[in-house]
Amino acid sequence: MSSALQARLTRLGLLLAAPALALLLAYAVTTLVLEIAGDPAGDVWDQILSWPEPRNLVNIINAGSVYYLSGIAVAIGFRMNLFNIGVDGQYRIAAFVAAVVAGEAWLPGYLNTAFAIVAAMAVGALWAGIAGLLRVTRGVSEVISTIMLNAVSTGLVAYLLRKLAVREEGSNDIGTREIPSDSWIGGFPLPGASNEVYGFVIIAAVVGIAYSVVINRTRFGFDLRATGQSETAAVASGVDVKRMIVISMLLSGAVAGLVGLPILFGDAYTYGVTFQSGLGFAGIAIALLGRNNAIGIVLGALLFAFLEEQANPLQIVVGVSPQIVDIMQGVIVLAVVIVYEVVARFGSRLEQRQAGRDLGTGGDAGAGRGGPGDKEVART
Amino acid sequence: MRRTSQLVVVAGMSLALAAGCGSRTDTEEDDTGSNGETGETGDNGDKCVEPGDMTIGMAYDVGGRGDQSFNDSAAAGMDQAACEFGFNTEEGEAADGEPESAREERLRTFADAEIDPIIAVGFAYAPSVAKVAEEYPDSNFVLIDSADATGDNITNVLFAEEQGSFLVGAAAAMKSETDQIGFVGGVNVPLINKFEAGYVAGAEAVNPEIEVDVQYLTEPPDFSGFGDPAKGRTASQGMFDGGADIVYQAAGGSGAGVFEAAAASDGMAIGVDSDQYVTADPSVQDVILTSMLKRIDIAVYDYLSEVDAGEIPTGEQVYDLSVDGVGYSTSGGFVDDITDDLDDYKQQIIDGEIEVPTEPAS
Repeated sequence: MSSALQARLTRLGLLLAAPALALLLAYAVTTLVLEIAGDPAGDVWDQILSWPEPRNLVNIINAGSVYYLSGIAVAIGFRMNLFNIGVDGQYRIAAFVAAVVAGEAWLPGYLNTAFAIVAAMAVGALWAGIAGLLRVTRGVSEVISTIMLNAVSTGLVAYLLRKLAVREEGSNDIGTREIPSDSWIGGFPLPGASNEVYGFVIIAAVVGIAYSVVINRTRFGFDLRATGQSETAAVASGVDVKRMIVISMLLSGAVAGLVGLPILFGDAYTYGVTFQSGLGFAGIAIALLGRNNAIGIVLGALLFAFLEEQANPLQIVVGVSPQIVDIMQGVIVLAVVIVYEVVARFGSRLEQRQAGRDLGTGGDAGAGRGGPGDKEVART
Repeated sequence: MRRTSQLVVVAGMSLALAAGCGSRTDTEEDDTGSNGETGETGDNGDKCVEPGDMTIGMAYDVGGRGDQSFNDSAAAGMDQAACEFGFNTEEGEAADGEPESAREERLRTFADAEIDPIIAVGFAYAPSVAKVAEEYPDSNFVLIDSADATGDNITNVLFAEEQGSFLVGAAAAMKSETDQIGFVGGVNVPLINKFEAGYVAGAEAVNPEIEVDVQYLTEPPDFSGFGDPAKGRTASQGMFDGGADIVYQAAGGSGAGVFEAAAASDGMAIGVDSDQYVTADPSVQDVILTSMLKRIDIAVYDYLSEVDAGEIPTGEQVYDLSVDGVGYSTSGGFVDDITDDLDDYKQQIIDGEIEVPTEPAS
């Protein structure tokens, strides 16, 4: 009983140790870069680590919700060992279609909103599904096909935007027809803030819960994780791997279709040339950071949003380029990947030593090879 | 300097994949002796007036100070005014792929620090200026390249880019020996389409048979086409290889690549926004036939001098050929023999005899 508790505590400790170490490493590397460049590291950290104003908090939550959806979309693929780099193209084409559908307003009020959301998910799923189909029918790596589809999506959206956009005389901006205000998703205020938290945050939370439940508590989720960990084992236990690949790409794409919608329905109300780009790639980093875990991705998304929001005024307040945050984010992601590996090895060695002690041999059975594969080897 | 900035680009790119953020050459300062230190203008040289208690804020577009083109032109106007009238300056710069809230927040940071006026460089700031100007009715805002945000405390600065582009298009057609010229646009947006439309119209006015290759580096919302010299180089190299001998670039920071390609292929290139014979890398100076001047510097300087005089202008300020708000440069002396013809076209445009299109024909 007590040993079980102890094992739990050890696991929890290891779980927290990895991100803490990664953050420390990022702090150290960033400070080093700042010092070498001769910039005031102390002032930079004062600004970044200061408690945000209410309106900045709102911005962090809003940006975080967008990153969160992107992270979940990528994580669905990751769980299946699929590398969906195409979230970027999927969310842009989906947001564009949603903007057009909602702007045309064939249905009244929130029916229009719901219809646009469904359309966005369908388009995102379809776009990702192409890569899934190519993978199962022609063996094309989804990494390659999704990168290509990103480029196709960019071109297609730009072309269609030109066809469908409304542009005021003399304006340098073009965009889709503005969504009628009765189809906007209202936000809710935070005390002291002049701006509002996107209402879409609730939908993001629902997506997160659904993700967690489906992956961890359903037969489908089990099959998905099993296929991700060992395709041959999954086949042996009767999983139709091809079907799983297509379905998980469709799901990943459907969630990717939601990524741009908080912005569309809560802020921009139109898809124009300045619609935020690059969200899909941020999702990859955030899914890695959150270890594909629904809660982990919340933390990762908020961390990225927090760093970017806090760094924005750096140039004005401290005179240091806010791009220092790019370095910080890059180091955090790299460090997380490395540190988790190190911690996992350390953990499995601890476990082996414990097992050895329990068996009374006193030695650390199997130690020396290390590696995360050891557990599986020991079990077979 | 060059090598370091390339190193930064490479490092930035490898991080970009991990961090999901655009990489930019933001460390690249221009080496023309203009003040590289950000935010500390006004104490440089003995001619400058001692800075008083007034601070100007400038929010740059993607690329920022050091792009040798669009943003630098705005910076030059501010630097000059700061020096002459004794203003302090503060600067902030947009990142590729940033959310709308980041632009708003940049403007609010200025306004909260009682920095006034606040100059927003580029049409991407239109929605954020509209919003923040309303929140801070006592602050003054300048919005360059857009009339989409209007208000009592907003000044809209607009340029007739198509008119200046018409003149350099005419120059290109007169100077071309192969009767084939090129246009490289940074991003396929209406603003850059104006450059293309004017350029093609000018070239065809001189030689109706001329062939004009047109290429845009990226499609929106990907704005990396304004800051990626490698893309500029590849696109223009294709044109030079295909027989074009003069290429006009309206591509911000990517233009440096067009100059490199021109130098490598014995072709010529036309600069944009700033007088790039002066601002570009000295190694490519000799290929810069002329530059289409978009005098953001003059517009910013004009505005600030009026601010200094105590009257703050609002509403639309249009800079076209008639006020020399756009034009062409003669540095390098490559177009000295055709300035009479070009000035003739210029007069016809001012008089309204030639109406320059603002949208490409096709």
